[in-house]
Amino acid sequence: MRQEGAPVPFSFDMSALVRRQVASLYSHLVTRPTGRALRMGIESQIGELGSACLSVLDFSQVVVLDYSCADETVAKLLQRFVGPEKPLPVFFVARGLCEQHREPIESVLERHHLALVGETSTGACELLGDVTALERAAWDRVERRGVATPAEVAGDLEVPTAAAEEALRALGERRLLVRREEPETFVSLGALLSAG
Amino acid sequence: MKVVTLPGSVEERTFEGVVREAALQPDTRLLVDARHVRWVDPYGMLGLLALGTAAARTGERPALRLPENHEVLSYLDRMRFFQHAEPLFELHGGAGRPHAEQGHSDVLLEVTPIRSHDDVHGMVDRVNERGLTILTRQLQYPAREAFQFSVILSEVCQNIIEHAEADGWVATQTYTWTKRLGRKVVVIAVMDMGIGFRRSLAGAAPGQDTAGWDDAAALEAAFMHGRTRFHDPGRGQGIQQIRRQVGRWGGRVSIRSGTARIADVPDWDDAVRQERGLPFLPGAQIGIVLPARVPLEDGSGATEGGAHGRSPARAAS
Repeated sequence: MRQEGAPVPFSFDMSALVRRQVASLYSHLVTRPTGRALRMGIESQIGELGSACLSVLDFSQVVVLDYSCADETVAKLLQRFVGPEKPLPVFFVARGLCEQHREPIESVLERHHLALVGETSTGACELLGDVTALERAAWDRVERRGVATPAEVAGDLEVPTAAAEEALRALGERRLLVRREEPETFVSLGALLSAG
Repeated sequence: MKVVTLPGSVEERTFEGVVREAALQPDTRLLVDARHVRWVDPYGMLGLLALGTAAARTGERPALRLPENHEVLSYLDRMRFFQHAEPLFELHGGAGRPHAEQGHSDVLLEVTPIRSHDDVHGMVDRVNERGLTILTRQLQYPAREAFQFSVILSEVCQNIIEHAEADGWVATQTYTWTKRLGRKVVVIAVMDMGIGFRRSLAGAAPGQDTAGWDDAAALEAAFMHGRTRFHDPGRGQGIQQIRRQVGRWGGRVSIRSGTARIADVPDWDDAVRQERGLPFLPGAQIGIVLPARVPLEDGSGATEGGAHGRSPARAAS
C-alpha cells in the first residue's frame, strides 16, 4: 500500500508516446527532433499532474534507440527534473531495457554525469550511469531492503554512518531514492513500483 | 573538356585517384568515362554523385559515359544510382541499360537522399525491414547487435542534417571480400556536399578556438575529441559512438572532408590513418566497413569475382 505523500506511479509507453507526440508513424526512437517531441510530451503530462510522481519510461516496445534521441529524451529530462531546478519531485525508472537501449542510455548518462534507475526484464532494479562506488553500494543495499536507514546501510557496508548518510542523501538529491525525514529513511524506487 | 577515366574498380581505395585526376577547375567541363568499370561499391557510387555535384558547381553540367559491363549497369540500376545521377550528369552510353526494378531483394540500402530527419526515419525503417536478416544470417551478428547497425546509420546521417547545411546521400551493401579479409562485409557510404568539418567547426560556440584550423585539424578535433559547433555537451557524440561500435566489430571508419582524411584502421586493413593535402572536395565523405563475425568457410556460397575478388553477396534467399 502506498503511503500518504509518496510519489504517484505514472507510466509512459515510449513507443506509443512517440507516435502520439510526433504525429507520425515513427516506430523507432531516432533523431533529436523525435527525442525533443517525446520529452516535451512527457514534461507536459508531468506538468498536468502537478505533484510528486514516479515516472516509468517504458522502452519495452522500442526497437531502435539512437544516441541523439536518448540524449534529447532521457538526459535532458533528467537534467530538468533532477538538476538544480527540480520544478517538481519527479522520480524516473526506465522499464523494458534491452541491450540495444542500455548502450545509448548509459552513454548519455555518463556524458552528462547523470544516473537513472532501470528495471530489468525480471523486474529487478539496477542503477545506470554515473555514481560513486559507495553510492552504488548504498543504493544496492536500499534496493535489497526496500526501506533503510543510514545506520542500517552503514552496517551492511561496514562503513561509518556519516559516510553512508552522505551517499544516501546524494542519491536522494538525485532522485534515485526517496528520502523521508524523522526518522531519516530511504525508500527504493523498486519498492515503490512493487507497492503500485 | 577534362576527361577522367575511371579505374576498373570504383571504391574508397581508388576514389582519391579519381578526385586527383578530375582536379576540378572553374569553367572546365568534366567528362567521367566509366566504360571500363567492372566494379563499384556504395562509396564509389556516392563518390561519383559528389564529384558530379562539385563539377557542376565549378563549370558546365558534367557528362558520365556509362559502364559497358551489363552486370555493373544492372547493379547500378538496382542501387538506384541513375535516379540520382541523371539530374547531375549528362548520361551517355549504357546501351540496353535496365530500368528501375521494384523489390530489390539483394540490396541492403539503395542510394538514398538525406535531406531531413524524416529521411533518417525512413532509412532506419527500411534497413530494419531488410537489413536484420542480412546482418544476422549472412554476417552472423547477434540480433541485439544488428539493431546497432541502424543506430550507426542514424547517427552518421544526422551529421549531414545537423552540420553539413546541404543535402547528402547514404547507401549500403553487403559483399564478400574473399581475398582481402576472407569474410563478408557491409560497406556503408554517407556523403554530403555541404560546408565540411572545418567550416562547421568555425561556427563553434564561443570559447572554442578554431582560428587557423585546416581541414586536418578540424577533422581530428571532431573525430578524435568529439568537438562540435554546438555548445551543448550532449552533441558531438555521434561520431564517437560510431567509432566505438565499429571498433568493437573490427571494422573501419574513415571521414574525408575538404583536403584531409582521418580513419580508424583495423589490423586487416592497410589504409592510412591520417592524410592531408588531398585534392579539395566539398562536404564530407564517410566510409564504413563492417566485417562478418565469422570467416568464410569453404563452400559457404561465397562468390569470387569482380575486381579484387569481391562481389556482391546474395543478400536474401
